[in-house]
Amino acid sequence: MAQASGKSAGKSFFGKFGVHIAVLIFVVIWTIPTLGILVSSLRDKDQIIASGWWNSFSSSTQTEAGRLPGPEAQVEKDGRFVIEGNIFGDGPARTISAFGVRSATPTQFQAGQAADLGDGVTLQLNPDGTFVLSSPVAIEGRGQRVYYASSAPPRFTTENYETVLFSEGIGRSFINSLTVTVPATIIPIMIAAFAAYALAWMRFPGRALIIATIIGLLVVPLQMTLIPLLQLYNGVALFFGVPSKTYLGIWLAHTGFGLPFAIYLLRSYMAGLPKELMESARIDGASDFEIFLKIVLPLSFPVLASFAIFQFLWVWNDLLVAIVFLGSGSDQLVLTGKLNALLGSRGGDWEILTTSAFVTIIVPLIVFFSLQRYFVRGLLAGSVKGG
Amino acid sequence: MADLTLRQIKKAYGAINILHGIDLDIQSGEFVVFVGPSGCGKSTLLRTIAGLEEITSGELKIAGELVNDVPPSKRGIAMVFQSYALYPHMTVYDNMAFGMKIARENKAEIDRRVKQAADILQLTKYLDRLPKAMSGGQRQRVAIGRAIVRNPRVFLFDEPLSNLDAALRVATRIEIAKLKESMPNTTMIYVTHDQVEAMTLADRIVVLKDGRVEQVGTPMELYHHPGNLFVAQFIGSPAMNIVPATVEKTGASTTISITGGRKAEVPVATPADAAGAAISFGVRPEDLRIATGDSVLFEGRIDYIEQLGEVQLVYLDIGRPDTPLVVKLPGNSELKRDQLLKVDADPATLHIFNAKGRSFARDHAPALAA
Repeated sequence: MAQASGKSAGKSFFGKFGVHIAVLIFVVIWTIPTLGILVSSLRDKDQIIASGWWNSFSSSTQTEAGRLPGPEAQVEKDGRFVIEGNIFGDGPARTISAFGVRSATPTQFQAGQAADLGDGVTLQLNPDGTFVLSSPVAIEGRGQRVYYASSAPPRFTTENYETVLFSEGIGRSFINSLTVTVPATIIPIMIAAFAAYALAWMRFPGRALIIATIIGLLVVPLQMTLIPLLQLYNGVALFFGVPSKTYLGIWLAHTGFGLPFAIYLLRSYMAGLPKELMESARIDGASDFEIFLKIVLPLSFPVLASFAIFQFLWVWNDLLVAIVFLGSGSDQLVLTGKLNALLGSRGGDWEILTTSAFVTIIVPLIVFFSLQRYFVRGLLAGSVKGG
Repeated sequence: MADLTLRQIKKAYGAINILHGIDLDIQSGEFVVFVGPSGCGKSTLLRTIAGLEEITSGELKIAGELVNDVPPSKRGIAMVFQSYALYPHMTVYDNMAFGMKIARENKAEIDRRVKQAADILQLTKYLDRLPKAMSGGQRQRVAIGRAIVRNPRVFLFDEPLSNLDAALRVATRIEIAKLKESMPNTTMIYVTHDQVEAMTLADRIVVLKDGRVEQVGTPMELYHHPGNLFVAQFIGSPAMNIVPATVEKTGASTTISITGGRKAEVPVATPADAAGAAISFGVRPEDLRIATGDSVLFEGRIDYIEQLGEVQLVYLDIGRPDTPLVVKLPGNSELKRDQLLKVDADPATLHIFNAKGRSFARDHAPALAA
């Protein structure tokens, strides 16, 4: 044993190094898309189009077209007719690097240089946007067309979030998703904890059969149950005269789909608790209910948390069950459904899509990071003693 | 405060019988130790008394009351487990108070009794700790404290010292002995496979084997007058030497012929029909001594010597391969391997067992019964 571990320690330098490299690569691969969504969602919508999020901290360069004011703005100065002003008007300031007057050569002249436009007409466009158009004769016709390459400083904003939350309906869908997910997580935990205790620690006829049935239910695909369940719901709804697509309905559906795994996971964990604890509690006079409540439940917290993560993430990310058991009105459309709809209607508006996506993943991220130490522990539940 | 009566207690798991009809009377205030090899049913017997295992048939009475179907908490017992079985998420205080809280006793009373138990076991400054922050010995004391708080009529210990290291085991053993002294009215039943614990703690020892009681008696009774071969070899370390023999002359005193040739006079009465019977002859290693006179019990070549300092164990080849005769001699005896050695023993320390392994009824010499 000691020899074996010594051996593995001996060759572990490269092993460990390799593992660390691999972990780093996986972390980067996994994290980059999330980071991209976050950065994009915080950028100005024009800049998203101009450059990728990885360039978001450098200025973005874009070529634009503008028109100088018409002849009415000209003043006579030292025998020449001059028009002066700022190409950006009252808009946000940018830095101009080059300009031109023909669309074929938009960056023909350096900014700050006086360009000769022919017939003695000169145009000088400075980096800060101020310009001087000077002509020996009175300027006529429409204002001069000017093309220029300008770079804008990076601009980060929370406007996108205001937009999606309050005018695109993501806020409402967020609340709908929470309305579905929170009870659909809590209800199965409560039922499964009781069931798991009974199946682990109480003796009654048919116990092994029930456990076998539950294990069997683990492999039943939920798609198989959609039609019969929906028919059942419709029948019940018809009988009581209530709508068939309700939050209560989807809570029960998610509860049913989650229970086999929940009971299986919790039971194997609880069965691993030392038998002497229960016996000691029984000698102390505790009933099964008290043992469950005061001994088993507190000790099972890691596995409860771990199942809660599983169930929460699964329900939060679910689209199929939500489509089947909930309506598509704004009062029932969940985030996944809303995202799907946005992809159709606002497919080109990246600022809307990235922001909506980030709003959608923020809750799973919080749940995962706050409970992650239970996540792994729960995965190992029952397989490793004292894990 | 309570005596126990066990009548034909049987326990079976399906077709497998663990206990084959145990009869036992335990007096109020007695310290009784169940001892036996692993798998002998001693823990099962304790757990049936606790009510953690159902009794298949038979009667169990505590203080005269039939408790076969009474739940553990109503039997007036408290149990200390080998693994301590402390509630890991509760402080020491809550561990000890748990039973009383379940019973909805009033807070002041709970507090008084927990503090009192903590005081007895010197746990007062650890009351706010969680079990994981305590050493093995402290945890075992908490487990004992939890039992004391219940104020039981019968204390049950299931191998409470097995998880402790050797030094701590001795210290805790003495603590348990003192605890017993401070609670003279409480009946205590203690399960162990360690005969040292059994000998030092018990008022009476119950030796079990394969679900049957082999012998019940005080430690010295078991040591000096083992009822059968099993008890003779189980109690005492190293185990008693057993050598086949035949009966030469029966009567108030028996003459036997030990395989190997020598004869011995054993002051034990045997019935006339035992003449010529093949029997087992037993003598403890510590009862053997180097023969100085003409009387010689065994003679053999020294095969091996284990020097323990205080004593030495001498393995004597007496012509029976694989089963040398063990002789415990003072550590300062000058002995060498391959040397011939003659040993002898006081006739009063000799044991003879019939073909079934039962000890021939033996008149109790007044000096030994003390």
